Formats: sequence, C-alpha cells, structure tokens
Amino acid sequence: MLLLPSKASNLLARRSLLTGSGRAVLSATAVGLLVGCTAKAGTMQTADTSKADVDILNTALALEYEGIAAYQVGAESGLLQPPVLKLAVGFQSDHKEHAEALAKAITKLGGMPVQSKTVAEYNFPTATLKNQTDVLRFAAGLEEGAVNAYAGAIPLFGDKTLAGAGASILGSESMHWAILRYALGDQPPTVAFVGQSY
Amino acid sequence: MLRACIGGLALALLLAGAASAEGDPAKGEQIYHRCQGCHSIDRNRIGPMHKGLFGRPAGSVPGFDYSAAMKNSGIVWTAATLDLFLQGPRQMVPGTKMTFVGLPKAQDRADLIAYLEVATKP
Repeated sequence: MLLLPSKASNLLARRSLLTGSGRAVLSATAVGLLVGCTAKAGTMQTADTSKADVDILNTALALEYEGIAAYQVGAESGLLQPPVLKLAVGFQSDHKEHAEALAKAITKLGGMPVQSKTVAEYNFPTATLKNQTDVLRFAAGLEEGAVNAYAGAIPLFGDKTLAGAGASILGSESMHWAILRYALGDQPPTVAFVGQSY
Repeated sequence: MLRACIGGLALALLLAGAASAEGDPAKGEQIYHRCQGCHSIDRNRIGPMHKGLFGRPAGSVPGFDYSAAMKNSGIVWTAATLDLFLQGPRQMVPGTKMTFVGLPKAQDRADLIAYLEVATKP
C-alpha cells in the first residue's frame, strides 16, 4: 500500500517520539561503548579473541554500509513521498553513525575496517522496485536481516562491552524494522524473541 | 590434520544421519530469515549466495571473497555437513568470516536444511 500523507505524518510524529532525542543518546552511547572498550580489550583480551571481535565488527560494518547504500537507492529512486523520504534519510543517518562507530572500534583494536562498495557492486534488485511500497518492503527486509545478524553475532563477542554496544545497535535497527512494517500496513513484529528460538 | 578432523566429523554425521529429525521446509523458510542479514539465495552479499549449495565445495562461489579457512576446509555441502556447520560455524571452521553463533536446536537445523534443499536448486 502507498502511505497516505496523514498516516505518514503520524508515522513521522511517532518516529520523532521514539528516536528524536533517543537517537543522539543511542549514538553517543554506542560510539562510547565501541571506542571506549578498546583500552580494556587491549589488556584483557587475547590476540585470538580480539581478532574474532574484529571479524564480528567488520561483518557488522559491511551490513551497515549495505544499509546506507540501500537507503541511498531508495532516496534517489523518486518513488518516496516527502515524509517517507525524510524517514528513510533519518534511518540512513543512523546507519552512518553505526558505521562510523564500528570503523573506529575496528581501527582501535588494530584491525582493518572493510570498505564500502559502490551501489552497483551491491547488486540490489532495483528492477523490482516499482513504487514506494516496494522500496519500503526492500528496506524492511534489510532491517530485519540486520536485526537477525546482530542477534546471531552478539553472543560471539569476547568482549562483553562490545556485545553491549552491538545490542544497542540491534535495538536501533529493530525500531527501523518495526516502523517500516507499520508504514507498510503489516502487523508489527510482536515476537517474544528475535533471531533465536528458545 | 584439520581436514582429517572435519572429514571424520562429517562422516560421523553421515552415519548418524538416518536418525536425524525430519525437516519442514515451511518452518525452514522462517528460520532462513535469520540468515538473510548476510545471505541471499541468488546474489552474493556479506555472505555468498546459496543457489546451488548442495554438492558444492565450500569456498567456491565465483566472485565471493572467502576466508582462507573456508577455502581450505575441504568441506562439500550436504545435509550432513550443513547440520554440523550450522551447530557452530566458527567451531567447525575456525577462522571463517561467518559471524553467526549457530542453531542449537536439531529441529531448527533440519527445517532450515529442508528449506535450503528446495530453495537453492540451481
């Protein structure tokens, strides 16, 4: 379905309520956690666990870069109504902040951050994006994937502080996913557990 | 040595395969959502594409930048080797780039593998 302007306004109002001031707090916290952990990591982790943590952070960074590129495709598609475009750009900004924090943490741990690819290299299924709904559904799928990826990777961190920072990012991306589903008129993903079955 | 260990584990899994759980592809499709942060059936992303997975040597999808550990693992993907790998990717292939903790439940793995058998046919 196409998002009606009134619904989009409500959506933006809700999003502002959810993330307006929260985003800055989340971002600052995530950066602090990710970058601040490294002194501790240097003294308390073995080289093997630090290398493993760098691998996890690099996977996360690659995901964030993919998300940034996907939102760029959506933003430049000409298919998004202005309120939805504003929403997409806001989500993209979150992913940029995640990526910046992750890259800094990787560098401080002695690793080499992965590089972003060109949009063409991501080979997005752009031919299937015909309207706003298609773009939103594509974005929702990526956000759901990111949430699951973080949920599947966080238990592997050797450094618990990094795990906490990863969980903070997972929370942000869960909000993106839920809001996009709401915009699509889908049922909110009200599952008791995400990314695992217990 | 590593190859021999993996080969031995895979053989044990193959021998135990007859007793493994029956998989439900529909449930497996839902579980596959957990893979879709990094993987797609038909295109390389953070992880390699899954099309043509069964019978393929690990680390062999063209255009994907694998870890040396995966390229040199000697694994061929079958239901048995996937079941072992999905229990703990980093335990089976130390050094893999795949940063996923694994699926501890045998039924979840069986469902996912049943889905992959259908969805990844070339």
